[in-house]
Amino acid sequence: MATVELDNIKKRFGGTQVIHGVSTAIEDGEFIVIVGPSGCGKSTLLRMVAGLESVSEGEVRIDGERVNEREPMARDIAMVFQNYALYPHMSVRQNMGYGLKIAGLPKSEIAAKVDEAAALLQLEPYLDRRPRELSGGQRQRVAMGRAIVREPKVFLFDEPLSNLDAKLRVQMRLEIRDLQNRLGITALYVTHDQVEAMTMADRMIVMNAGRAEQIGTPLEVYERPQTLFAAQFIGSPSMNVLDATMQDGVLHLGGATMPAPTTATGKVTVGLRPEHAIADPEGPLSLTVQMGEPLGANTLLHGRIGDGSEAFTISLPGVHHATAGERIAFRVLPENLHFFDPETGARID
Amino acid sequence: MVAAMNDRAAPLMDLETTGSGLCLRLRGPQTVANARALAAKLDQQPDSGAVELDLTEVGRLDTAAAFVLVSFRDRREQAGQEVTFTGLRAGHQSLLDTVARSLPSPTTEPKTPFTFTDALARVGEVIAGGVKFILALLGFLGLFLARLARTLRHPSEFRFTSLVHHAGAVGLGAVPIVALMAFLIGVVLAFQGSTQLRQFGAEVFVVDLIAISILRELGILLTSIIVAGRTASSYTAAIGSMKMHEEIDAMRGLGLDPATVLFVPRILALVITLPILGLVANVMGLLGGGLMAWIDLGISPAMFITRLVNGTDINHVIIGLVKAPVFALIIGLIGCHAGMQVRGNAESLGRMTSSAVVRAIFAVIVADAAFSIFFAQIGM
Ligand SMILES: Nc1ncnc2c1ncn2[C@@H]1O[C@H](COP(=O)(O)OP(=O)(O)O)[C@@H](O)[C@H]1O
Ligand SMILES: [Mg+2]
Repeated sequence: MATVELDNIKKRFGGTQVIHGVSTAIEDGEFIVIVGPSGCGKSTLLRMVAGLESVSEGEVRIDGERVNEREPMARDIAMVFQNYALYPHMSVRQNMGYGLKIAGLPKSEIAAKVDEAAALLQLEPYLDRRPRELSGGQRQRVAMGRAIVREPKVFLFDEPLSNLDAKLRVQMRLEIRDLQNRLGITALYVTHDQVEAMTMADRMIVMNAGRAEQIGTPLEVYERPQTLFAAQFIGSPSMNVLDATMQDGVLHLGGATMPAPTTATGKVTVGLRPEHAIADPEGPLSLTVQMGEPLGANTLLHGRIGDGSEAFTISLPGVHHATAGERIAFRVLPENLHFFDPETGARID
Repeated sequence: MVAAMNDRAAPLMDLETTGSGLCLRLRGPQTVANARALAAKLDQQPDSGAVELDLTEVGRLDTAAAFVLVSFRDRREQAGQEVTFTGLRAGHQSLLDTVARSLPSPTTEPKTPFTFTDALARVGEVIAGGVKFILALLGFLGLFLARLARTLRHPSEFRFTSLVHHAGAVGLGAVPIVALMAFLIGVVLAFQGSTQLRQFGAEVFVVDLIAISILRELGILLTSIIVAGRTASSYTAAIGSMKMHEEIDAMRGLGLDPATVLFVPRILALVITLPILGLVANVMGLLGGGLMAWIDLGISPAMFITRLVNGTDINHVIIGLVKAPVFALIIGLIGCHAGMQVRGNAESLGRMTSSAVVRAIFAVIVADAAFSIFFAQIGM
């Protein structure tokens, strides 16, 4: 159990900088998800916390102590990888106990800890199998077991569910979260999947190109995205973004005008989540439908807004039969409009 | 000619002949729905003179239509005719630019003249790369020696099982191929040597020829080349695949040092077994040579042995075997180093594996040449 602090962490590989100063303080027992598109530096950031990658600048503190120079082993962390990284020639029991064996624990103690972890992870029937005789989900559980037996201060996960199929992913998501809750161990979890981030995180760090765009709870990020990137990355289908102008407190958007509660003036970028469109024959906005995607509980309608050429998607509850070319009028609540600076992408309130 | 088409999907297009050529005036939405028709229409245009495409009255333009327009322009321009877009809106302009940028460049790359500076730059790059590689290898050597020294102080950390396993795989496994190779080399040397030496009536010197060339050079060099091919690649593949599957990271997380666990036993196994393999090669080479000398020249085994013992300096054997541990170190270091260079995908694993073999063989030959010069200088 521990706190983790990142203090303006930077990373350079040779001449190229891939992490441009990330700072955050993680509380004891918190589950933090680092989310961002592939290549944005999530793994690099996590590996710096783990000690698998040196820190070019800044400080990593675990429980208030600087650990930049410590070996991974000396940091009291345990990491779970996407590829499980199990030893193929060892049984599940040996894999789980290996770290303890190296640490020189007596055999009886190792056996007790392995049994306890196996019970926690429901791995008891498989203890004498080899990793290749297990399914992907079971292998990932063994990898977690190996992490748990060491009773680390911090869990680090690098896309642990990416190799699993969709259904198993949902189940494992819950299992990991439940396990972390019960053990109360601080966790850092990396994923590129925003749904995973939304459902698992206490707080999340939205990363883009080596920078933390926003750090906050999932709902904070969803409701008040601080940058255009965070706005579009979180939420599915992603937020619609349109160029618009504000004049005298009135928003000119997609051929319509509406009052808007913002301090912005002149040209602005407006974001509108598809699920915030409310079908209303009297609504000021309209969508020329090109394609419909019935999902059962709701229907996604893709098309163009108004007479313009900008692509737009709305999500309406229930089943909607819309044919291509049809126009659907809708409105949005003023509080569901997000305003961003067209130059910097920063949120304007 | 055609002024407008009444087909719903067909593009609306006006044609006008201007002073310098054609002016095509496009109208209405140009999208994927009518892109095919638009392409057909453009293809029908006589290919003479400059063409102006006026997009003033185009409503929506999507990537499909933009693709048709851009590829029309490219085709014409390759034929030496000018095509200009006029009346573009900002959105259309940027769409056309984006599409033009993302089109694949023509497969026949234009030949860039290869200048002296290019040649110089390339030579410089190769040399800089080589120096960097050698420095990295030296760093690796240092790491290996440091860990070896550490295991001497903490023998419990030493991976004895691993050493035995690798010595078996690298040494014992290579005995048949090395023995066969050396035997055949001996046969070839005796056969070629005897044909030449017979002309001078100096058949008996074939024994010296075989002994010196095999004991001093060929035995150990060819063994090293075979081992480089077998072992450098297997080290790279094994370590590289562990690297790829993040097993090495997991190991470090468990507090295991990859250098102690992976490199030391592997390299040490080579250093121990390569001299033995060299010895096997020497014996088999002499055996093959002796057999051939007996069959072809009638030199009896007894005579062969007498001649071998009296006429060959023991220095040759020593020189041959002194090289073995050094070659072993080179092969092991290159194999392990290449494995650690593997990045997350299978393609890089394959590339590093084959490059490890090539580098190891090359390095062994260079080292052998260096040894030759060294021993010649000190008069051995
Ligand atoms: N060892 C390395 N050497 C050089 N560049 C690297 C190395 N590791 C990662 N990078 C670069 O750092 C960037 C971030 O990588 P990574 O952290 O793996 O991204 P993510 O996990 O978010 O997909 C990428 O552009 C990648 O090419
Ligand atoms: Mg990653």
